[in-house]
Formats: sequence, C-alpha cells, structure tokens
Amino acid sequence: MVSSVIHVVLLLVMPPLLLGVINKTKAAFAGRKGAPILQPYYDLARLLQKGSVFSTTTTWVFRAGPVVTLAATLLAALMVPLGNHPALISFPGDMLLFAYLFGLARFFTTSAALDTGSSFEGMGAAREVTYACLVEPTLFFVLITLARMSKSLSLGTMFTYPSLQVWLTSGAVMLLLSNALFIALLAENCRIPFDDPNTHLELTMIHEVMVLDHSGPAFGMILYGAALKLFVLGALFTNLILPFKTGNPLPDWGIFIVAMLYLAVLIGVVESVMARLRLVRIPQLLVAATILSAFAMLLIVR
Amino acid sequence: MGPAWLDCINDPVGSLVAAMVLLAFSGVPGLLIRQPGGGQRFAVIVTLVATLLGSAGAVRILAGAGGSRYLVAWPLPFDRCELAADHLSALFLLPLLLVTACCALYGRAYLPAEQHPATEKRVTLFLGLLSASMALVLLARNGVLLLLAWELMALSSWMLLATNLRDRQVQRAGTVYLLATHTGTMVLYLFFSLLQTRTGSFLFPVEHSISSQGGIAVIMLLAALIGFGAKAGIMPLHIWLPGAHANAPSHVSALMSGIMLKVGLYGILRAVSFFQAVPLWFGWLVLVLGGGSAVAGIALASSQRDLKRLLACSSIENIGIIVLGLGIAFVGMASTNQLLIVFGLIGAFLHLVNHALFKPLLFLGSGVIIHATGTRQIDQMGGLSRPLPRTSLLFLAGSLAICGLPPFNGFVGELFLYLAAFQEGMHAPLPFMAFTAPLLALVGGIAVITFVKLYGLLFLGAPRTPEAAHGHEAPAAMLVPMAVLAGFCLLGGLAAPLLARLVMPVVSTYSGLGQTLVMGLVAPVPLRTVSIMNGLLLGGILLIWLIWHQLVSHRPVVSADTWGCGFLAPTARMQYTGSAFAELSGSIFNTSAIPSVRLAALQPLFAAPSLFCPALTERILDRLLLPVMTGVDWCFSWLRRMQNGHLYLYMLYIFVTLFALMVWSYI
Repeated sequence: MVSSVIHVVLLLVMPPLLLGVINKTKAAFAGRKGAPILQPYYDLARLLQKGSVFSTTTTWVFRAGPVVTLAATLLAALMVPLGNHPALISFPGDMLLFAYLFGLARFFTTSAALDTGSSFEGMGAAREVTYACLVEPTLFFVLITLARMSKSLSLGTMFTYPSLQVWLTSGAVMLLLSNALFIALLAENCRIPFDDPNTHLELTMIHEVMVLDHSGPAFGMILYGAALKLFVLGALFTNLILPFKTGNPLPDWGIFIVAMLYLAVLIGVVESVMARLRLVRIPQLLVAATILSAFAMLLIVR
Repeated sequence: MGPAWLDCINDPVGSLVAAMVLLAFSGVPGLLIRQPGGGQRFAVIVTLVATLLGSAGAVRILAGAGGSRYLVAWPLPFDRCELAADHLSALFLLPLLLVTACCALYGRAYLPAEQHPATEKRVTLFLGLLSASMALVLLARNGVLLLLAWELMALSSWMLLATNLRDRQVQRAGTVYLLATHTGTMVLYLFFSLLQTRTGSFLFPVEHSISSQGGIAVIMLLAALIGFGAKAGIMPLHIWLPGAHANAPSHVSALMSGIMLKVGLYGILRAVSFFQAVPLWFGWLVLVLGGGSAVAGIALASSQRDLKRLLACSSIENIGIIVLGLGIAFVGMASTNQLLIVFGLIGAFLHLVNHALFKPLLFLGSGVIIHATGTRQIDQMGGLSRPLPRTSLLFLAGSLAICGLPPFNGFVGELFLYLAAFQEGMHAPLPFMAFTAPLLALVGGIAVITFVKLYGLLFLGAPRTPEAAHGHEAPAAMLVPMAVLAGFCLLGGLAAPLLARLVMPVVSTYSGLGQTLVMGLVAPVPLRTVSIMNGLLLGGILLIWLIWHQLVSHRPVVSADTWGCGFLAPTARMQYTGSAFAELSGSIFNTSAIPSVRLAALQPLFAAPSLFCPALTERILDRLLLPVMTGVDWCFSWLRRMQNGHLYLYMLYIFVTLFALMVWSYI
C-alpha cells in the first residue's frame, strides 16, 4: 500500500526534476551557475496560471493535441515498473499497448502542429513522425529479446528481470540492448544529438518547433508530458542497467531515485560533450541502433 | 410449414441466397422507371432489406446454425450448380452486406439521379450486380460457377470504374484493371482445370481431401496464390489497384477496396482448405509476400499526392497485414504449431473485418471532400474541418483506426499478430517469425506518417485554394453511413472480446481445431483488459480536457494569427505541403516508386519563369510492365491485319477454327 502510494507520487511528481538535473549538469559543464534544479516546477506553475493565445487558423484538434498526448502518456506510464517495484497495471501484451499509446500521442502532437498552418511546425511534424518510425523497430527488437530472456510478455516482468546474474552470464546482450535503448531514449525524447530542446528557431529542431504556437496551460501540459515521457523511458532504461536489488521496498525506492538522477546527469553529460547531428545523419544513427538491438536478438537465439 | 419462400428465408443459407438475388435485381426496376430518382430510392430500400435479411443469416451461421445446400438447375455440362455457406463464407458476407448498404445509401446523395441522369441508372444497376456477384463468389460451391461469378464481379466493377469514361485517367486505369483482372482469371482457369483433373468434378472437393504432394499440387497452390492474389492486390500483383480505386466513384472505391480485395483473400483461403496439408514453403512464401506488401504498400501510400490513390495504396498495406497473418497461420499448419495457427488466423480475420470498416469509411469521406472541393490533389486542400466539421471528425476516427491506434478496432487485430511473433520469439529454437514484430512496428510507424499527412493536410491549417475554403458539409444520407462505420470502429475497440468472438468460430472450423482448444489458446490474450484500458484512455482524455478547460476559462484568451517567426504577412501557400511532408520519409522508405522532379531549364542570363513539378513513377508498372507490354504490342502488330472490321471474315475465322478442331479430334 505504502509502496503503491510512493509509486504514484513519484510517477506524477518526479518527472520535471529530471529536466532540472539535466539543465544543472549542462550549466556545470558550461561553467555557469544555471537555473535552480526546481526551475521546471516553477515554469509549470507559472504556465498553468497564464492566459492562452490561440491562432485563428486552429480548430479543436489544436486544443485536443496536448490533452490526448498527456492522457496517453499517463496511461502508458502506469504500465512501467519503477526499479524493483511492479507496474501498477500489468497484463501479458501490455508492451504493445504501451508502444501504441505513444503512437496515439504522436498522432495528436503532430496533427496539432499541422493545425496551425505554419510551415515551421509542418517541418517539425514531418521529422517527428519519420524519426519515430525508425525508433519503433529498435524498441520491438529490445522487447522481443527481453521477452525471450525473461519468458514473459509483460513490461513489468521483462524489465524487472535483469539482475547481476543476468549481466554476468549474458553481458554482451545486455550491453547491446542498453546501448540501443539509450539511443532510442535520446531520440524519442528529442535530446541531443537528435534534437536540441533549448533552441526554438533553428531549421534543425524537431519537438520544440511543433509546439511553438501552444501557450498557457496547454504548453504546461506539453512540457509536463514530455518530462513524463523522459521519466517513463528512463525508468525502463535504468531497470535494464541496474542489477542491484535488495528486495526491501524502501531501499529499493532509494536506489531507483538515485539511479534516475544519475541517468539525468548522464543525459546532461551527453548533451554537453556532443554536438547535434546533421539531419541527414540522424536516420543512419537510428538504423544503427536497430541493428544493435537485432544483434542482441541474434546473440540470445544462438 | 409455411409457403416455400418463407421456409427459404428461415434457412440461414436461404436468406443469404435471397439477399443475393435481391441485390442483383435491385437496379433493374430503375431501368423502367422514367421519373429520375425513383429507381435509385427503390434500389436503396431493396439493398437495405437484403442487408437485414442476409446479415441475419450470416450471424446465425456464425453462431452455429447449419445451413442447407441449394441446387440450381442449369443446362451447363459442369456438374451440379451448388450454393452453400459455411463459417468462412459468412465471415466475408457480413461486412459485404454492411458495406453494400452503406454505399447504396451514400450513393443516393453522392450521385443523385436528378443531377446525373446519364450515369445514375448504370451505377445503380452495376452496384447491385457487383455486390451480388461477390456474394455469389462466396456462396458458390462449383468451380465454374465461381469463375462465372468472378467474371461478373470483374466486369461489373469495370463498368462502375468506367462511369466517367471521357476522363483519360479513367481510361488508362480501366484498361490496366481489365488486363490485370483477366490475367488473374486466366490463372484461375488453370487452377480449376487442374482441380477438375484431380477430383473428376467441378464441384469443390471435401476439405483437406487433395494430396499436397507432387508437382501438380505445387502448380495449383501457386496458381491460386497468383490468380486470387492479383484480385487481392498483393505486391507485386498490385499494379492495377491504385489507379482503379482512385478513379472509380468514391462509394464504388469503398466497396472495391473494403470488400472486393477480401474476396481475393477468400479465394486463397478456400483453395488452401482443399489440400490435406499446407506445405511449409507455401506458408513462408505467403508470409514474406504479406510482409513485403505491407511495408512497400504503406511506403508507396506515404508519398502519394492524390487523396484516393493514397487510400488505395494503403489498402495494399492492409491486405499485406492480413496476408502476413495468413502466412503465420499456414506456417503454423505446416509445422503443427497450434498457437501460430490460431493467432495468425484470428489476427488475419480481425484485421479483415476491421479493414472492411475503416477503409470504406475513409473512401466515403474522400467522396465528401471531392464533392466539396472538386479535386483529389492533397496539396490543393487544407482547413476543411471548418466547412466540414462532421466529416472531419469521422475521417479522424477512420485515420486513427487504420493506424491501429487505441481506442479503435485496428489495434485489436494487430495485437494477435504481434503476440504470435512474440510467442515465437520466446519459445522457438529459430525465431524467424519474431522479425514480423519489428516489421509490423515499422509499418505502423509509416502508417502514422501517412495518415497524419492525409488528415493534417486535408482538414487542418489554412485552406490552400478558394474551393477548399468554401466547401459545404455533406447531407445526412452521406454522413449516416460514415457514422455507422465509425461507430463500429469504436465499438470494436471498446468491446474487443465481442469482436474476437465473431471470428473465433471461423478460426475453429477453418483450422479444424476444436472450439474449446481455440478458446483455451485465446484465453490468456487480455482482450477484456485492452477494452478497459481503451475506456480508461477515453475517460482520461475527458478528465484532462475538463481540467484544462477550467484552467483556460478563468484566464484571458486571445485570438491571433499563427506565429510566423517574425514574418508578418504569411499566406496559405507558405504552408508545408503533402509532398514536402512525405519527402523525408519517402527518401528513406519508398523503394517501389521514384519521385522525379521536372524542372524547366533555366536560361543562362535571365531566367524565364520555370515550373517545379514533382511526379511519382511507379517502378513495377511504369518502368517494367509498360515497356515490356509495348514490346509485346510491337511483336504482335502484324496480327492486327486479321482484325479488319469485316464481319464475314470473323465468321470465317470461327468456322475455320471449329473445322480445324474437328479434324484434330479425328487424327
């Protein structure tokens, strides 16, 4: 019971913290002091109190975009195990609904972008759907490999399966999987080297340009939804690479929180030391990630 | 015991036969009624009656009622003319009747007799004939009868396709269609002749009675796959499909795409059921063809610039997914893997029913759009959700459903195919089939690209032409059929167990596995949970919408232009176009069509106005088949001298041929 409460609270409250940690890490690398770690929360609180501006071109689809995206992401988040703790909703085949809920979210985010009639946002939408399409096979190779290893068809069991023992016996597979999933995580969340979440007006960006016209509470929901998506995929990644489990709920929560914060620092480091890729290179890296995950499947079949 | 006709209707097969006859003659009274519109109204009523009558029969057969066999006295020397319906026929007949009713009602408002006196009678007559001939294909239990119905189906759909024959595009599409369909029929002649030599009768043999060993069985299986597969539009036999579906009137496209393609799949399923066992190579061949069609079809669709061509190409993808499911099932049959058989068949059947709901919905929607704007070019539309709010909502439902996104029905069918792949990935020593899961994921991803592009560029943004700005909403007779189909799409997602229960008896009888065994294999699939999750999703959307509405309504709301990044005079022409949207993905995925750009040459010093015109060349049709055909045409041009227009010479040819045959039989 206590564990479930912690689970829900963490799921709802922690996501923006990751963004704060990433930004703080980047600031440290750049030699700046940086914004406070809690800045994303302040931003959200401010946005929720603001008025809204709607373009005269837009229809209800533009307004529904953030709503549906957030609802789908929240529902998907319920199916993810956090650390050693089982998911709130778990059933065989839930990974398919998980993947398709993100598809629904993508459909509405990009439709809302097209609803503004701006060529900028159209460009962002085209890139978003294309790159997401290349990430999808990677995710499924990872899922199949894990399903074969854990003999299970549910995210909850698949992602609580990796243990120290597994890492010791099939380390190569786990390494390939975690690399592929990390690339997918960066691409899906529009982080460097795929996209720069800090720039608004450059021809190379993807996610930020799609949400240019959203304002007020709707924009707050978009930022929160993006943070939640990072948290959800990050939780999957930490489950994969974190083989330490005590079996005792409270220390496990501690381990999970620390691991997630480390992941945020890791993403911050990647963003600080890497440049954004040229757009033509992005598909190549994504296909490379797919091949990595396919290699993992080959190794496990062998 | 009542009168004979009442007995006939009480019998499920009898009611289906009666529905077929009603459909076939629904357009005939219209030929005699002089007052415009009378025949059309009459046809709609007859079609609705036939649909009610026939669906009751189909549902009863699916629920387990046995049907009688009907014999028609015919003077032809091809054995008994037998009609019957089993689970497999009923599964195909149910969507056929529903879509026919929707299309007939829609057609009344789409091509009203008052405005189209020249074409209306023809469309009404052949629409009835087309659906009746498809029903006859599904009911026939005699090879020759099936071929007759097949030919009737091909010709009546050609007559419908050629409604607007003055259009050059229609002429070309019609010719390609006629050639392709008859090539397929030719291969079917081979199949049924070989079948007759095997069994000694044109009647369908008992299920699983023909040996699948030997060269003749191989030829028969391949002939069935090619002949029926050409009608289903499996790649690379799809060349006729985009043109034919794009150029027919929209409600005819809906019927062709939603149902006629499936009749081809019915043929494959029926033909395979004759054989004792399915060879393993055949299963893998079907699986690979399905996977290839799915990826190549949707990649082709994503780069299309014509609204209906895009929908037609997406049919190739959906047929590919169904064929993939059949391939999984056939491989399962060859390797006696019960789970693959059941999941592959359920996945294929569910997707078949689902596609028969959302594809007609989208085609009917495209008709509304063409009515409103007068064009099929995606790049000339935009902002249609203002003049067409209801169509916009229904079209969105269809687009989400066809991408397989929850909470609609498309997800339920794909769930089974994914689960088959994952099960194989978990347990098989060599999990080749596991590769279908990433493949399906890729297909789903490209489908999202395609339908975001389609929906976004049709309905969202600013209108790109004055026609797009001043369109008008469709009348109720066009919206109601679409709403019915969209309602079924949503129902299929929210009541997934119900949808699965519809196809489970078919799976059980087709695979020969017992009802309880099928139930037992399907029991772990979380259909109920998926339904609950779909409900939760809708509830969550509603809740967040209410919260957002509360937040927004208490703060100032301003309307302004879309932010142009500092540019103050944006015009609708500056919006992203469909070609631009699909350019990036097309450059990665599209291999079967080459986008080519025609640029007028620039003068060296003072450039004249130049034209940028992107065009799509289809590799198989434009680069391979047409040059080959032109060569064949040239080789045989000397034969044209025989065709000189003199009737007496033609009669002479017939006489000479008959005489030669007679002499030959004596030698």
